[in-house]
Formats: sequence, C-alpha cells, structure tokens
Amino acid sequence: MRHTIAILLENEAGALSRVAGLFSARGYNIESLTVAPTDEVSVSRLTLVTTGNDEIVEQITKQLNKLVDVIKLVELDSTEDIERELLLARVKAGSAGQRSEVKRLVDIFRGRILDVYEGGYIVELTGRGSKIDAFLEALETAQIGEVVRSGVTGIARGPKGLRI
Amino acid sequence: MKLTGAEIVVQFLKDEGVECVFGYPGGAVLHIYDAFYAQEEIEHILVRHEQGAVHAADGYARATGKPGTALVTSGPGMTNAVTGIATAYMDSIPMVVISGQVSSALIGNDAFQEVDAVGISRPCVKHNFLVKDVADLASTLKKAYYLAASGRPGPVLVDIPKDVTANKTEYYYQETVKIRSYNPAEKGHSGQIKKGVELLLGARKPMIYSGGGVVLGKASEQLTAVTRLLGFPITSTLMGLGAFPGSDPQFVGMLGMHGTMEANMGMHDCDVLLAVGARFDDRVTGELSKFCPHARIIHIDIDPSSISKNVRVEIPIVGHVKPVLDEMIRMLEARKDALDPTKTREWWAQINRWRDHRCLQYATSSEVIKPQAVVEALWRATRGEAFVTSDVGQHQMWAAQYYRFDQPNRWINSGGLGTMGFGLPAALGVKRAFPDSEVVCVTGEASIQMCIQELSTAKQYDLPVKVVCLNNRYLGMVRQWQEFSYKSRYSHSYMEALPDFIKLAESYGHVGMQITQPGDVDAALEEAFAMKDRLVFMDFITDATENVYPMIEAGKGHAEMRYSPAQEMA
Ligand SMILES: Cc1ncc(C[n+]2csc(CCOP(=O)(O)OP(=O)(O)O)c2C)c(N)n1
Repeated sequence: MRHTIAILLENEAGALSRVAGLFSARGYNIESLTVAPTDEVSVSRLTLVTTGNDEIVEQITKQLNKLVDVIKLVELDSTEDIERELLLARVKAGSAGQRSEVKRLVDIFRGRILDVYEGGYIVELTGRGSKIDAFLEALETAQIGEVVRSGVTGIARGPKGLRI
Repeated sequence: MKLTGAEIVVQFLKDEGVECVFGYPGGAVLHIYDAFYAQEEIEHILVRHEQGAVHAADGYARATGKPGTALVTSGPGMTNAVTGIATAYMDSIPMVVISGQVSSALIGNDAFQEVDAVGISRPCVKHNFLVKDVADLASTLKKAYYLAASGRPGPVLVDIPKDVTANKTEYYYQETVKIRSYNPAEKGHSGQIKKGVELLLGARKPMIYSGGGVVLGKASEQLTAVTRLLGFPITSTLMGLGAFPGSDPQFVGMLGMHGTMEANMGMHDCDVLLAVGARFDDRVTGELSKFCPHARIIHIDIDPSSISKNVRVEIPIVGHVKPVLDEMIRMLEARKDALDPTKTREWWAQINRWRDHRCLQYATSSEVIKPQAVVEALWRATRGEAFVTSDVGQHQMWAAQYYRFDQPNRWINSGGLGTMGFGLPAALGVKRAFPDSEVVCVTGEASIQMCIQELSTAKQYDLPVKVVCLNNRYLGMVRQWQEFSYKSRYSHSYMEALPDFIKLAESYGHVGMQITQPGDVDAALEEAFAMKDRLVFMDFITDATENVYPMIEAGKGHAEMRYSPAQEMA
C-alpha cells in the first residue's frame, strides 16, 4: 500500500539526513521525497511517499515522530486529500503528425508547452502522480527524451491544516 | 563576563552539576583541556582508549541514573568512541559525549583528524549537534543534557569545532530548556490504565514481564508495589534484573534465550501479560509466531515506537513508567475487593511445578571449577549487594542467572549491543560514583582483553574494582553455538597464547590471583574482597566445556527450551 506523509521539520543542518537515514537504517522504502522551506523560515515541509502495510507505516510514523527535529506530521489520505506532482518532460516529435499528436495530448492532460525546439517540445504538467503516469504512457516510448518529476507534494482538504 | 568556548564547556559542566568527565585529549580539544587545567571542581579521568571513556561514563550513568559525560578529540578519538556510543544507545543510557572537531574553516576539506562526527554517530545517538557558533554553545549543551536524560534516555553527541572553543561570548547558565519539536510522554492515559487494571483483575494465569525501562525510569519501588498487590508471578529481561528483588518468591527468574523454565513456560501459557518498560526484543521473545499464544497483552512504555513494534498489544499505555505505575497502584488499592488470590492459586501451583524442575541446577565438581559455582560464591562473598558489571558471553549469562539482584542499578551489562570490552571500564565508572561499594567485573578471558588497558586507569585514579575472570580458554559463547549448531566444529573460538593474568595485573600495579581448585573459590574471593583498596584480578580456571542452560535455540519458542544434561537426568 502506498502512503503519503506530510512532515514539518526543523530547518536545521542535517535534519533531512536524519529522515533519509531512518528509512535506510530500518529498511523502509521511499518512493518520493520533496522538501522546501515554509512561510516560517525555521520550518521545512516534507512530503514523503512510502509503501508498506499498515503496521509498517504505523512504525514509520512513530519512528519519524521520535526524531528530535520532527515537529509534527500527518498521514494524508490519498483518496481524499490533495496531492500534486509536477512533470517537466522533453518530448520528441519529429514529424508534423507527431507534433500535432503531442499538442493534442498536452491539451487533454491540461499541460503546457514551455519550449519548442526543432524536433520536439518541453512540456509541463501538474496533477496526481497517476495522471502523470497516464500522460507518459500515452506517449510512444521513443518520444520520451527526458523526464523530470518533482515528487509528490500534498495538502489536506478542509480548514484543518498542518501548522506549528 | 565573556568566556571562551572552552571555558564555557567547563563552566557549563559545573553549573549542570557534572562531577566527573571521562576523556582523552587531542589537538581539537586542547583549548577545552586547558580550561580543565585551571579548575578542580570537576574531576577528569584520563582513560587509555576512548572506548573506555564512553563505557566508563556509561557505567557511571547506569549505576547513578544521572547522565554520564565523555570527552574525546576529533577524528580517531571520535571513531574510537563510536562502539561506546552505540552500546549506550541500544540500552537507552543517558550520556553526553563531547567531541572536538577541526576548525570550522577546515570542515569538509579532509583536514588532519577530520571525520564527519555527526554523520558517523547519527544512527546510534538519540540526537547530535554540530556547534557552529560559540553563541549557541551553552544552549546546545543544555539541550544535550536535557535530551539525554528525558523521555526514553539515550546518548547525545555535541561536536565542537576548535575555533568555537577559542571564540568568546557572554555566558549564562539556563536552568531549563524547551525544544518545540520534542515533547516526551509523561503521565499515561487514565482510561487505558483503568482498562489494564480491569484486565489484570480478571486474569487466571497472569504474568508480569519487566524490563530495563523500569530501572531507567527509577520505578523499581512502584513495580514492586504493583507486583505485591497483584500477587502475580514476575519475570524480568536481562536489562531489568534487580528492579524487582531477585530473591523474592514471586520472582520466577529471567526470561528469554537463557531464561528459566518457570519464566518461559509461564510466558507461553499465560492468559494476561503485563509488560513494563520492556521492548519484546528477539532474545526475549524467541520465535515471534510462537510468542505468548494465549495472552492478552498490556504494555507500558515511554516510547510509542516500542509499542506493537514486534508484538501486537491490546492495551498500550504510553507514558513514564513511574507515574503510570503510581496511578495503577491507586486504582488497584481502590479495587482491593476484586484482588482475589484464589483466582491464581491453580496457576501458582503450575508455576511451582515448573520451578521444582530446578532448571538452573548444574553438575557440580570437585575437580574442576564450575563457572556457575563461582558466581554463586561471589554472591555469598558480597552478600548479594555488589555492583556487578559484565562483558559479553557465557559469563554474562551465568552472572545474570546466578547472582540474584535484589536492587536496581546493580547489574550493569551491555544487553542490546552485546559489546565485549564493556565490563572493566564500566566498572571503573561505577566505582567512581560509589567508591565505598563493592564493584565487581565478571568477565571472560577474551572479553577482558578488549579493554584491558583500563587497568592502568584504575591504578592512576585509585579505582579498586574486583575482576572475576571466568577463564575457559574459549570464546565460550561462540564455542557453545558451534557445539549445538555446527556439530562441534570449533572454528577459531579457542584462545591460545593467553597472557599470564597474574603478571599482567601485577605489571599494572594490581594484585593478581589464579584459582584452579573448586575448594579454593570461596577463600580466594574472601581474600580478594578483604583487600579493600586494591584492584584484584582473579583468574578462575573453569570447566572449558560448560554450557549455558536452559537455551532457546533459533526458530524455537518459549515452550521449546533445551535443558542441561544434569537437568535432563534429574
Ligand atoms: C566486540 C565483540 N566482538 C565479538 C562478539 C561476539 N561474541 C559474543 S560472546 C563471544 C565470546 C566471549 O568470550 P569470553 O569473553 O571468553 O566469554 P565466555 O563466553 O567464554 O564466557 C564473542 C566473540 C561480541 N559480542 N563483541
């Protein structure tokens, strides 16, 4: 099972390596990890996607909470809550037919073309990870020149947020 | 007044009430050592190897319940300390290790004696700090002591670059500190405690299983009161011995891999289990799928991540063991009417039948010294009141099984990491804290050689501990596993070219004795303990073939113990 955990972390040197180190030391998986400062400069926010059964994920959240630099965390509900990922991709499209097909796909997935070069486009797309997967699957393998995914970030719905 | 970073370290330690530091100097900490030179309030004990410094600070902490302090230099000083830090981490021992670091400007340049101390220690500390600015030094040290001793205790490393120890700033001592991201559990949830009490009151085959958390949480009195109120049998982990009196009839002995029949069978058959400050370690549970098949489990622990980590529990109680047990005592006293000893009469009869097997009995001998007999004689010679440290191996298990600890903080061993070399330096730390008490290191001829250099420290600082070496000429525990699991193929487990321990002890300025005859054991111990102010190294030449029983082998459960041949015949 895939789980998304949002974490508020002290913006201290080495704090991130404590989180990453915990996962490698205890043999937990990290599917993706995003980090950036928040409006409060002393605090970073992480979104971590991991896989495991409920017991493992319960241990993961307990172990994360035990890290002195972790201020707070919450597990996001992947069906209810809002998750977004950014894709930047170099898509090869040599022939006129390919070019119009790529533009059509980008429209369908509500993406944008950021740059045009001879032989292809740089495409931007945001959405749930599954949407990005679907877009990439819709392209022919040979067309994919480069894939840059940001990893998942997420926020809970409704008035209750994760703040210090 | 403005102080240098080095002066701040020393002044802070005084203000924090630290009375002694175990350390070893080097380039990166020379400013700090210079600050030590100018004062006499804090004793500095110069060890002979940084591992010894950390183990000594650890022994001091385990015996006193106060954080121990070690001071080491950068690079090799810090890496030598790592085994000690990991040892303390695995057993949740409160400790602060101060390490020197190369100057800030050199960090990252592969400078002379530079290692990434924070990176190397990260997986084996509760927390660590690199102090980048002298203005943060005092508050960082305060946080370090607070973190080390609060919540689930553990070692904290403070890495201080050399320039930070030279820079000056205004110093003042903060009495308290708050860390917003750190809020250890205090009282337990009353509703959960109530549920636990009700489950206990209905039990017919109950068992109490207590661990090192009770010792660390200073809740021995409370544990004893709860156990007496309930009238239930109680077992203990290796780390918890002494928290409940070992000679009390309610105590059924240690459980786990080398636990007693009554403890392990009791675990297997019990219907309600109260786990207190214990973590369901693999050496305790045996094969998990066979662990406590009939029990409903209540678990008290300060660390939420210990709960349901290995074994799912029905009633978790997260909190400091002392207030939780205090509340439990109040609830039990209010429910005195429901405390019915007839409910467990059958169960006690069963426990006593197991006890009657006397699973710890061993074949005695008049020709060769039995190691178990030495521990029993040691108990007599010290009236069961000594602080006993140990190393790792068979001798450790025999000390745990045959020295009945009646008080907490008296049994000091590396249970989690299993570090050979721990015993002697730890004993020195204990002796420093309790100079008037008997302190004994029970060791093997292999383990003792891993930190033997500390015999020199013992001489310099007049720390006359007693060393009881159970010399079986083998890496005994390794040999035992090879006998049982590798058809007696004793691969590299025989110790040849052993030193003459008498001469070795004497060369360090101590007294050495060798005891070869079973009839001489008691007299030798008496003679050694009569030399109050001398370190006596007692080399007992013991039966090389003796094994530790009972034993639960890999993949086996509590009900599948292997007993000693002497026991099988009885
Ligand atoms: C530092 C370290 N290295 C290796 C081991 C593995 N080990 C566990 S017990 C043991 C043998 C110990 O021999 P000795 O000290 O003579 O004690 P005995 O078992 O004979 O009583 C060894 C090698 C260990 N626990 N620690």
